[in-house]
Amino acid sequence: MIRLAKEYFADQRDDDLKQLGQAFHRSDVPGHVTGKTNYFADRSFPGMLHLKMVRSPHHHARIRSIDTSEAEKHPGVARVLTHKDVPHNVYTILILIQIGPEDEQVLAADKVRWKGEAVVAVLADSERAAQEAAAKVKVDYEVLPAVLDMEAALKPGAPIVNEYHGQNYYRYDSGACRKVRFGDVEKGFAEADHILEQTYRSSPIEQAPAETTGCIVVPEGNDRFTCYTNTQALFFSLDNTSIILQMPGHKLRFVGGTVGGGFGGKVDVTTEPIAILASKLTGRPVSFIYSREEEMQVSSPRAAETIVIKDGVMNDGRIVARYVKGYTDAGAYSRHSPYGAQKGAAHYPGPYTIENVWADTYCVYTNRTPSSAMRGFGVTIADFALEVQMDKLARLIGMDPLEFRFINAYRDGDMKAHRQPTEGAALIECMQEASKAANWPVAEKYLRMSSYKGG
Amino acid sequence: MAKKVPVQVTLNGEERAEFVESGATLLNALRGRFGDTSPKGGCHQGTCGACSVIIDGELKLSCLTLAEACDGAEIVTTAGLATNSAMHPLQRAFAEGFAAQCGFCTPGMIMAAKALLDQKPDPTREDVIEALSGNICRCTGYEPIIQAVLAAAAASPHKAA
Ligand code: FES
Ligand code: FES
Repeated sequence: MIRLAKEYFADQRDDDLKQLGQAFHRSDVPGHVTGKTNYFADRSFPGMLHLKMVRSPHHHARIRSIDTSEAEKHPGVARVLTHKDVPHNVYTILILIQIGPEDEQVLAADKVRWKGEAVVAVLADSERAAQEAAAKVKVDYEVLPAVLDMEAALKPGAPIVNEYHGQNYYRYDSGACRKVRFGDVEKGFAEADHILEQTYRSSPIEQAPAETTGCIVVPEGNDRFTCYTNTQALFFSLDNTSIILQMPGHKLRFVGGTVGGGFGGKVDVTTEPIAILASKLTGRPVSFIYSREEEMQVSSPRAAETIVIKDGVMNDGRIVARYVKGYTDAGAYSRHSPYGAQKGAAHYPGPYTIENVWADTYCVYTNRTPSSAMRGFGVTIADFALEVQMDKLARLIGMDPLEFRFINAYRDGDMKAHRQPTEGAALIECMQEASKAANWPVAEKYLRMSSYKGG
Repeated sequence: MAKKVPVQVTLNGEERAEFVESGATLLNALRGRFGDTSPKGGCHQGTCGACSVIIDGELKLSCLTLAEACDGAEIVTTAGLATNSAMHPLQRAFAEGFAAQCGFCTPGMIMAAKALLDQKPDPTREDVIEALSGNICRCTGYEPIIQAVLAAAAASPHKAA
């Protein structure tokens, strides 16, 4: 049940928002319930080819040779693509905002760095022919030692996962990690009545949308291509495709919009460049749609994280120092993880005002499936760790966990550890409502608090 | 080239005949030759329910049904539920109850719900949960969907009959 709590912050607005609190029908719902909504795959074109990807069966291996001759002879096969066909084969998504180096291959050339990495693309008249031909591609691998967790990756002498980085972590302009330094944590720990250090770990999580990732490309006959895609990042995909295929953007028309569930899992650029290249080289429409198995095993999940939090707390409930080390498992390639790890650094004090904060966040490379966006990536797992830590701290000093949060809640005007002044805070008011809704009473003085300073 | 076989069906009340590839699934035949893209392919392996259709009155997964085995059958899909641009009570209830977010699971959900209401116009909540248990939704959450099916049952004209 949604209630519009207009009594809060009433002085901050003229109460003239007519739509708030009203129920409206979404414009796309009639299409959804009648089956008329057009998803990208609800199209077919005469002469359409189906693309199947030959993928690495190894976590880490050198490619000695690739033999596509048998696959090419398979009935129905129109074309087989390898790294040699890709104009700019090594890319990285965030190069668009100057976050390099380029570190990922569209089709693997000399090495594979994760189990599932794309090596050879097979195009045929039918899905079945493409699948049968893909099984005839012979790749000779020399298996290399793999690094399968962050601890192993950061050990001295660990095998290097990704040579484009040179070490198994992303090097920020600030060094091996993103850093937040605020106040004097050592002084804070020295003054604290108690110190609590805990480690939190999470596994990768697959977004598992109902509709799998994919696109359909149609050559328009004038060296221009229309790409119907379910990407969640249309312009990222268009611009990266333009770089990978060395084609000016005006030759590429991307049609998106309706996505059958994404949850962050469809922000990478995994199907469009290769499908457009295939269409360009064959002159035919091309469909590249992940199977359910690919969606679960190959599409990028939420990163695994390890988070170490050490807090100094006073008997009266104030947290006086927080020290955090956060590790994000990017898998074999950067994708969006350097950004995700960086977000964590700014986030770690949580919605609490702590005078002394030290946070280091690392983006670590392993031979696992590249991870990427998922619902609040960089902060969701951080919040899990922080809030479990808050409960443990409250228990440590024998305080009610909700009252403990009132004492530490940030308020308007408080300086956050990453030097952003707090504005528009509403944590206290939310907790006041939650206390009533959940029947979890707190002392009267907390119900009189406000996010306004001095309130 | 794969062998083509003729398949004649009644699709949403209309007599239709097409040549489909021998071995093609009903899902691919419907979405391809028959041009009805309302059944969705979420897994093509019988685990998500997005491809659900009603064949001769029974709920089936079209991704696990051979098209050629449906020769002579009567098939109903979500695309065939609305009559004269008026939505079916289930469609109205799904739309009004916010039971469709991305919409990808919706045609399958509506088929599973229709198969239930055709058999049992006045189902219990447990009946609804059981009937939808083969259909996965990753966005909406199941509660609004269950509520929509119950609301459609309550609003159904043949309920009194
Ligand atoms: S597509 Fe048939 S059950 Fe998923
Ligand atoms: S509405 Fe998206 S899967 Fe159900």
